[in-house]
Amino acid sequence: MTDLITATPEATGEGNQEMRSRSELTAKEVMREVGAVLRLSETQAAALGAVDDFADADVDDDQTMIINMGPQHPSTHGVLRLMLELQGEKVLRCKPIIGYLHTGMEKTGEELTYMQGGTNVTRMDYLSPLNNELVFSMAVEKLLGIDGDIPERAVWMRMLLSELNRMSSHLLFLATNGMDIGAVSMMIYGWREREEVLRFFQKVTGLRMNHNFIRPGGLAADLPAGWRDDVLEILDLLPERLAEYDILMTDQPIWRERLQGVGVITAQEAAALGATGPILRSTGVPWDLRRDMPYLHYDEVDFDVIVGSYGDAFDRYAIRLNEIRESMKIVRQILDRMPTGDYRIQDKKVTPPPRARIDESMEALIHHFKIFTEGFKVPEGEVYVGIESPRGEIGCYIVSDGSPKPYRIHMRAPSFVNIQCLPHMMRNGLVADAVAVISSVDPVLGEVDR
Amino acid sequence: MSDTPESRETSDQSPVEELRYGVRVSDSRGQVVLHPTREQYIATLKALVDDSFVLCSDLTAVDYLTYGSRVGKPKERFEVVVNLMSLERRERIRVRVEVPESDPVLPTAFDLYPGTEAMEREVFDMFGISFEGHPDPSRILMPEDWDGHPLRKDYAVGRIPVQFKGSPS
Repeated sequence: MTDLITATPEATGEGNQEMRSRSELTAKEVMREVGAVLRLSETQAAALGAVDDFADADVDDDQTMIINMGPQHPSTHGVLRLMLELQGEKVLRCKPIIGYLHTGMEKTGEELTYMQGGTNVTRMDYLSPLNNELVFSMAVEKLLGIDGDIPERAVWMRMLLSELNRMSSHLLFLATNGMDIGAVSMMIYGWREREEVLRFFQKVTGLRMNHNFIRPGGLAADLPAGWRDDVLEILDLLPERLAEYDILMTDQPIWRERLQGVGVITAQEAAALGATGPILRSTGVPWDLRRDMPYLHYDEVDFDVIVGSYGDAFDRYAIRLNEIRESMKIVRQILDRMPTGDYRIQDKKVTPPPRARIDESMEALIHHFKIFTEGFKVPEGEVYVGIESPRGEIGCYIVSDGSPKPYRIHMRAPSFVNIQCLPHMMRNGLVADAVAVISSVDPVLGEVDR
Repeated sequence: MSDTPESRETSDQSPVEELRYGVRVSDSRGQVVLHPTREQYIATLKALVDDSFVLCSDLTAVDYLTYGSRVGKPKERFEVVVNLMSLERRERIRVRVEVPESDPVLPTAFDLYPGTEAMEREVFDMFGISFEGHPDPSRILMPEDWDGHPLRKDYAVGRIPVQFKGSPS
């Protein structure tokens, strides 16, 4: 293990990814690593210097041990590797090491047309694929200048799918969170309920995951017959199941003991670290892009933004549980208001013509051929669009040079930014709580590494 | 496609230069974009922090080497793009700063936005732009002994066989 830690950065001249042992660091560097996230003025930081929080600046190497957790650890949600510096049972420093799942999706995105791009971005955050597609489509539409012309039905369908996806993602969080803490039966329940939602997705999009259903200009297809009954079935089923979760976990003393006061972060720290979504809300900041920077028709539906007050793992659990209820509230309103009409924009340059038209119209055949071989051209410019995914703000930055492929496509992945909170949340906690902390951040490594 | 001539035009052609926080400002599809020089970069961010833009949601870069259009092409090869958010005013603002190919260095925003730590490492990893004063200037997504910076435009897709750490090449 010493070999791993002391592998020479000089070999590459580009620095070492792994956590460096204390003997290689100056006290100032340790302090900076720990303290910079607090963003305090110098006098405040000096005052803190005396407090326990900074007392380990002079701890020696021989009192601490560096252990690796992951990349193949079941509770790290994929291939996340953490290097933990322990003093006894206490975690002093932690460094997440990522990239094990890096497949160069942003580079791949430059080689795919806007039409094909959806298949690429949907695989990033594989637990909320529809939100990925949504933000990508919205960015492309903004570049095309058609963002205001999307048919009403398409907008409401997008909201419906986005909210159902939020529910399935949070249900999976409840499952994995339960498994990590040791409530193994919860794992089965969470997966079971998620399956109900995925079954609906399968009926609508043909796939359980990686749908490529929301596309620039609208959606790939209309909702199938009987969709309303399927949604209502989910909505009728879930409330009693969620009530069971409350009995099984929320009110349970062991559950509370394991989560309350663990992985605490303040609002100031969360904002400084760029954290969004349930992490930022758990600190009491009512920040939800659906309400604060409304997109689609979120300004027309009624829902509450759930906030916590302690910023601990329990708050993050409770927020996600209640966000499922809020999403159900939104879905019910969507059911009431779903208009009839077209599910995609009728712009011949962007949407392929209906299949039947191809047989009778030469022009339609040409458009179809052009769109699927060459793709549609997008005017030059750059645009950033951010929406609220289950994990926080997911953003899409696209630079176009007027060709049918994005010149540069960058996805602002919420998990990538959120895992920066791990070292802070774990600090001075027990190694046994580390798993609870990772779980409460709910990272998806597919979008961390992209 | 409602593409008016105004929306295509970048501030490079506009006769009157508007200033905000002392730097050139432009409009991209209704979004506010600041264009500080490399020297103004940190001072601009500082002014933005003080002006309630406390959350840095994104930091990335673009390599304009093979950019096909003359419209909106920056003078330098690289451009670092920072997306900031004001929770108070519910606003977004974007900062685009050009970085020359000959000297791809930019001061770090870590002290103002600690959340840019991973993002700056990613930009270094993918584009080879170093951030002066960054606490941990190492690669983040690629293996640490990787050659080259994959998102640069002169780095071909699928050019090299898979590299494994420690294996004889």
